[in-house]
Amino acid sequence: MSLDAPGCRISFTLNGTEVSADSPATARLSQVLREKVGAKDVKVGCDAGDCGACTVLLDGAPVCACLTAAGQAEGRRIETQAGLVARDPHGRHLARAFQRHHAAQCGICTPGMMVSAVALLRSGGALTEQVVEDALGGVLCRCTGYRSIIAAVLDTADRPAETEGGVGAVIERIDGWAKVSGAEQFGDDVSPADALTLRVIRSPFHRAAFRFGDLDEFRDAAGLALILTAADVPGENRFGVIPGFEDQPVFASDETRFKGEAVAAVVGRPDLLDAMPDFPVSWSELPSNLAPDLAVAAPLLHADRAGNVMCRGYVARGNAKAALEGAAHVAAGEFSTGFIEHAYIEPEAASACRVGDRIEVQCCTQAPYMNRDGLARILGVSPDAVRIRPTATGGGFGSKLDLTAQPFVALAAWRLGRPVRVTYSRAESIATSTKRHPSQIRMEIGTDAEGRIVGARFDGSFNTGAYASWGPTVASRVPIHASGPYLTPNYEAKSAGIHTHTAPSGAFRGFGVPQSAVAQEQLYDEMAGKLEMDRLEFRYMNSLAAGQPTVTGQVFEQGVGIRACFEALRPHWQRALREVAACNVSSRPHRRCGVGIAGGWYGCGNTSMSNPSTIRAGITADARICLHQGAVDIGQGSNTVIAQIFAEALGVAVGDIVLIGADTDITPDAGKTSASRQTFISGAAAKLCGEALRRQILRLGNVGGGAKIHLRDGVIELSENGASHSVPLPEANAQGYALEAVESYDPPTTPLDQNGQGAPYAVFGSAAQMAELEVDCELGTVRLVRITAAHDVGRAINPALAQGQIEGGVAQGIGLALMEEFLPGRTENLHDYLIPTIGDVPPISSILIEGGDPHGPYGAKGLGEHCLIPTAPAILNAITHACGARIRDLPATPDRLRAAILSLRNGGGL
Amino acid sequence: MLHRPQTLDAALALLSAGDAVILAGGTDIYPALRDRPPPAEMVDLSGITGLRGIGREGDSWRIGAATTWTEILHADLPPLFDGLKLAAREVGSVQIQNAGTVAGNICNASPAADGVPAFLALEAQIEVQGPGGTRCMAVEDFIRGPRMTRLDRSELVTAIYVPDSPGQGAFLKLGARKYLVISIAMVGAVVLAEGDRIAKARVAVGSCSPVACRLRDLETALAGISARDIAKAVSAAPLPELVPIGDVRATSHYRSDAARTLITRTLLQAMEARNVA
Ligand SMILES: Cc1cc2nc3c(=O)[nH]c(=O)nc-3n(C[C@H](O)[C@H](O)[C@H](O)COP(=O)(O)OP(=O)(O)OC[C@H]3O[C@@H](n4cnc5c(N)ncnc54)[C@H](O)[C@@H]3O)c2cc1C
Ligand code: FES
Ligand code: FES
Repeated sequence: MSLDAPGCRISFTLNGTEVSADSPATARLSQVLREKVGAKDVKVGCDAGDCGACTVLLDGAPVCACLTAAGQAEGRRIETQAGLVARDPHGRHLARAFQRHHAAQCGICTPGMMVSAVALLRSGGALTEQVVEDALGGVLCRCTGYRSIIAAVLDTADRPAETEGGVGAVIERIDGWAKVSGAEQFGDDVSPADALTLRVIRSPFHRAAFRFGDLDEFRDAAGLALILTAADVPGENRFGVIPGFEDQPVFASDETRFKGEAVAAVVGRPDLLDAMPDFPVSWSELPSNLAPDLAVAAPLLHADRAGNVMCRGYVARGNAKAALEGAAHVAAGEFSTGFIEHAYIEPEAASACRVGDRIEVQCCTQAPYMNRDGLARILGVSPDAVRIRPTATGGGFGSKLDLTAQPFVALAAWRLGRPVRVTYSRAESIATSTKRHPSQIRMEIGTDAEGRIVGARFDGSFNTGAYASWGPTVASRVPIHASGPYLTPNYEAKSAGIHTHTAPSGAFRGFGVPQSAVAQEQLYDEMAGKLEMDRLEFRYMNSLAAGQPTVTGQVFEQGVGIRACFEALRPHWQRALREVAACNVSSRPHRRCGVGIAGGWYGCGNTSMSNPSTIRAGITADARICLHQGAVDIGQGSNTVIAQIFAEALGVAVGDIVLIGADTDITPDAGKTSASRQTFISGAAAKLCGEALRRQILRLGNVGGGAKIHLRDGVIELSENGASHSVPLPEANAQGYALEAVESYDPPTTPLDQNGQGAPYAVFGSAAQMAELEVDCELGTVRLVRITAAHDVGRAINPALAQGQIEGGVAQGIGLALMEEFLPGRTENLHDYLIPTIGDVPPISSILIEGGDPHGPYGAKGLGEHCLIPTAPAILNAITHACGARIRDLPATPDRLRAAILSLRNGGGL
Repeated sequence: MLHRPQTLDAALALLSAGDAVILAGGTDIYPALRDRPPPAEMVDLSGITGLRGIGREGDSWRIGAATTWTEILHADLPPLFDGLKLAAREVGSVQIQNAGTVAGNICNASPAADGVPAFLALEAQIEVQGPGGTRCMAVEDFIRGPRMTRLDRSELVTAIYVPDSPGQGAFLKLGARKYLVISIAMVGAVVLAEGDRIAKARVAVGSCSPVACRLRDLETALAGISARDIAKAVSAAPLPELVPIGDVRATSHYRSDAARTLITRTLLQAMEARNVA
């Protein structure tokens, strides 16, 4: 039998229903399931078998639909997440377990995880952690750190999840059911059926000049609807995220500055795009520079940035030079880290429609309002003419703050007047999205004879790539944080962002602070060694306490949590030290155990800049409470946290709230989802908003502040002192609300002076983590045994969400320490760029420390970025503890670690 | 166009007729497309029942070419095959093992194919059929170089034969993470032990040369030595067969060094006769 295109129909059973699709039989099954039979619960993250998001059951066996020819499914039985949750007892059970355990954060990996888990549960074997890991090892998750997923699969009980509770309650994610049932819609899932497809033509060289052939002729010959180049940008052909640094073109016009930079886009029917001959562009490769240390002499990437220095940062306090000269002990070293790719499982996707004189863009994003303003500038229209409708976002971690795919589809739809869609391939996503800045750091610390830090000097150079993106933020944040959460009276820290011909570095969980912590926390271990002090006690002794100034001279009287973090770890630390000693006596000589510790801190919100959030809420005439919540939930849980805060402030149940947004037409600006600011800043706005609405209701009902609010059958009932009465609601306003409140919160900060002195953040969160591991000295491999993470969260609004952030951050820290490094042009897929799999993340114990905070809502601080900061240095310190070798140039891959162990032996150590 | 022949003859006829690409599990073909469309014409082997399954034929075991790694893992096989089973379990993930086939692994001829050192240690023979009839050759003859085999356009691999022998198989893979990882190096071995001594050993290493290779001189040196002395024998051996390159996964120096450790450990694993399954 031959399955032929065209006119061939492929028939199979999809979730119990016979379906048939009109498709070439060689097409990827994932493509056919999504595009022809509407099974959008089958996700595509790589088209290469590397991520497992496309996992379906084919006659009961899990396979990657992206590697299966559609014709191979002919006559067979296919089951997907949505079908399994609807029809299969294991599927239903797992959906509930995933909800209870918060095992879906962004949810993009959830279909692959649950489908794989159903196959395991059906097999009926005994369930152990190992068995679950083997069964789910083919699915990558970048958000959760996997531990909650393992727990969910192992949980055979069928308790319902908690859905109610205000501040402090572990309730399930209020937007979670869509994610565990297969209904969630991500960037590509919402593309209009009649949309044309857009593909981007990109530079094959790190730097090149280029010339187009006859584009009109090519367009007509290939049957395309449109070709876009720099000449077709009606507004400004540039974008960026920091005012004054908008330097990235939508389409390169003179030369390309990194491999993968866009020069043109083609728009048309997908089959015609597949058949399109080579695009008429001729390239001439130009000399390029990928190394920041050679940037001074390299060709300028931007004419106005001498020496290819984008910008610098500086913080100085006391006299660091003199303090280090007079120090009893000094530890110094050089450290480096590479490009880190965000590797969210959902590649960038966007679609756009022109609606009259407005453009509407649906996309995965972390910053709808910034996207709106950036697009308006590119299109040459007012921001009001642009509407951003964020879809569910399948992971962001900083890279989905910047514009990526949106300008292309917006320009095309604007011109064509019909919907246009684009979804990046994995290679495109990795080649062009922003990265964590590679760092080269020199640091020196000094103590007095007792081990008190007297001074520190830090000099960090950060490869910011071809364009600025969030580079200025990294340059300014790092010197403020590079001391770590320790009292450092004499301090000088310099940073510089350097341009090279690589993909732009931007925002990635921690904005440069994880890199500086790798240097600082390793030096702290070396110093403890010189002092012959316990490594935890050395840190504890130097930890900042309330009332002591930070390196910018800021003094907090409350909410300084680092000591509490170390205190919480102390018993675990002492246990681990005993266990390690015992293990190293008994085990085989080439397997050495070790334990490491590191601290970290992070200022929540933008640095010394206004960054308000606004939250709006209204009550309809029939007493429905609508919360316009624009703080985009990219998996971290802001939909749930902000609803919990709002419900608490208003005094109603979470279940009474109708969540609306995010959408720039209907939710006010809650700022961007970054800098660990949403729980703190948007949360504070939600609290003010809930309180304001409560005051209005109580005033209307003429009751005291202690009255209780109930919503019953379309009316509001107030009860006070045993009596209750209903409140008549006024007529609805133009927005449809009888009562409405809009409140903003902007954290108090002050600008920094020329020495970086001032109050850059209203709130700092701190953390300390401990890593236990085993090094195979013959192979240079590391087996993690356990991570213990103590976090000062102020107040945990929802402890399960806080724990989820910690576990996910730790997993990314593991990747940073042990395996991740993006090499431009070489690791543009998920089998050469490695992120941790389910087998690489050990059990994680989270300790939440709730010391409160005077600014945060109910005392809550941000947490998203803190989780990652101590992980890598804790692991590196544990490696040194285990085998003596210190890895200063990350990642600690087996070859590097083995080389370090060997050179130690040759040098007479060990 | 996707052909789905039900018989071997039909498949051979299709291959002779044009320049169709052979498709088995698709786990090498589809990723290799990157962002390009699939080949215009493919012949899918997954519908041919005779190409699947494992059975005994005379003095040999016959493994159908389109047998998946999952089927290998669940097959009832003697300890000789423990190394092959361990290799099967290390191929990618459950998803990849459910679709990927043994012949696909061999025909793709990647230097990092996990199946190849395991089959080399088993002295496997590849059965090839084409318009000119059937021929059989050793795995090391079949794979000519990276991504190159002795297969003609109109031929296909029908089976892999493993001569039965009393040894114990073993396999170790080294990668930079737990699942879904391309080997930095891997070792397949079969050991016939007499008490604490190696009577006879076959050892093959992958990812350390353009094609995975048997270490015949080492095998000779191992004969008669005790488990205790394996490490010494391995470190003393010159191993000229290993000429690793450096790439994004590891330096060449590291590969040479780690390969020796892996060889020793794989041999010890075989001596300990651990049971898989
Ligand atoms: C995510 C991922 C992880 C992977 N991990 C590993 C791993 O850890 N170790 C490893 O070794 N491999 C790995 N692979 C590679 C691949 O899965 C294996 O090589 C698999 O065995 C290939 O078999 P297949 O049937 O899928 O081959 P296909 O892709 O169908 O075919 C591969 C090649 O062999 C040819 N071919 C197939 N069958 C025959 C036949 N009978 N006769 C002649 N030619 C034939 C095809 O024409 C093609 O050229 C991985 C792949 C992916 C996508
Ligand atoms: S999309 Fe199929 S494995 Fe990633
Ligand atoms: S929840 Fe797993 S990738 Fe986001």
